[in-house]
Amino acid sequence: MLLIECPYCGPRDETEYHYGGEAHVPYPEDPFELSDREWAEYLFYRNNPKGLLKERWVHTVGCRRWFNVVRDTASYEITAVYRMGENAPQPGGQ
Amino acid sequence: MADLLPEHPDFLWHNPDPKPSYDAVVVGGGGHGLATAYYLAKNHGITNVAVLERGWLAGGNMARNTTIIRSNYLWDESAAMYEHSLKLWEGLPEELEYDFLFSQRGVMNLAHTLGDVRESVRRVNANKLNGIDAEWIDPQQVKELCPIINIQDDLRYPVMGATYQPRAGIAKHDHVAWAFARRCDEMGVDIIQNCEVTGFVKDGDRVVGVETSRGRISTGKVGLCAAGHSSVLAELAGFRLPIQSHPLQALVSELHEEVHPTVVMSNHVHVYVSQAHKGELVMGAGVDAYNGYGQRGAFHVIEEQMAAAVELFPVFARAHVLRTWGGIVDITLDASPIVSKTPVDQMYVNCGWGTGGFKGTPGAGWSFAHTIATDEPHALNEPFCLERFETGVLIDEHGAAAVAH
Repeated sequence: MLLIECPYCGPRDETEYHYGGEAHVPYPEDPFELSDREWAEYLFYRNNPKGLLKERWVHTVGCRRWFNVVRDTASYEITAVYRMGENAPQPGGQ
Repeated sequence: MADLLPEHPDFLWHNPDPKPSYDAVVVGGGGHGLATAYYLAKNHGITNVAVLERGWLAGGNMARNTTIIRSNYLWDESAAMYEHSLKLWEGLPEELEYDFLFSQRGVMNLAHTLGDVRESVRRVNANKLNGIDAEWIDPQQVKELCPIINIQDDLRYPVMGATYQPRAGIAKHDHVAWAFARRCDEMGVDIIQNCEVTGFVKDGDRVVGVETSRGRISTGKVGLCAAGHSSVLAELAGFRLPIQSHPLQALVSELHEEVHPTVVMSNHVHVYVSQAHKGELVMGAGVDAYNGYGQRGAFHVIEEQMAAAVELFPVFARAHVLRTWGGIVDITLDASPIVSKTPVDQMYVNCGWGTGGFKGTPGAGWSFAHTIATDEPHALNEPFCLERFETGVLIDEHGAAAVAH
């Protein structure tokens, strides 16, 4: 069971959250300009690293707000938590 | 003392050092990799083949699945693939001269809501049109086939009936791998364990070799059969795959006398249960929600699965869990596999089987070997190409596949 620190409510069990997949996947700026290949990338292709992944979680039974997490998919260690609209902290940075 | 011990039994395969060059290299020594090498040799006469396994033979998902074999899928493309696979299963014990305890004890998929009932009856009808044995059975018939199941209406999700496929069943998973490995070895395939692929050698867009922890191996063709690690290999080769890797957990109880004569799966309360030949109750859960390569998941997933199992089978309440574990499953967004050519010339990928890869072992190997040998997909796996994510011709088995994948 993961212990996830909601940026609004503090640390809570994984069961209070739902997973939202990879973070920072922007909606296409001009959907009409996209090729089929680019649509496929947007709809079906997500990073799937063995290592650090930036991902979204929502605190379903708490504040119900979305936020971002940087988590290692092999060790499951959470290295950063930050709010929507913020940039991911640089590893080793402030 | 040593004199009193019997001779070591014959080894089923040898452990050769890798040769400098092969006609084809299969990456991944699980069920799918071994089946691919077997059909490369048997159907296509390509025996100068290496199966490279990072760990030990069949130690990944082949050692971690719940061994269920069935073909009652909704869509024509899936039905064709899984039914071909089931027919191969029916012949393999004799063909491989290895009794791997393939037991066609039937599989039932329970319906717990009116929506379930409608979907199930629709799937039975679709199966029949595809020549697959399937029938809709009412709760009393469920009880007759599996006396320990609770069909009372005091359940939160009472049993409203089930689909039943009599030819479905289970097999002893590691014996399946050993049977394939022995025959591959006899036909000249090199099975190389403890050999991790660390990169690919390309000449332009064409793959010409594999970098491994045991040196560089030249090869004309590469087939990827790495399940949960497929994305990692694809990245090494310079392309992406539309899959996400998740932990999937399963567990066994301690050994019991035979109480459960068939296989019961429930999508709605999400548990699937059979009893292994040795006597353990074998149960599987749903995937953990997050991406993970850790071969472990969270306890609350197991807890939900146990709650469902005990409600359906009150007799399990006093059984003890012996062991739980996790595998890494590769999930596509349409819940169907990818058996396909790739953007790299002479490199092929078999992945995306998600939570249902064991049953597909022979069918995947058969069609993937054809694709590798001829550089063209077999009719069976043509719909399961990578291009479907661009054309939109998806094979949406989410839910339709009797259980969520």
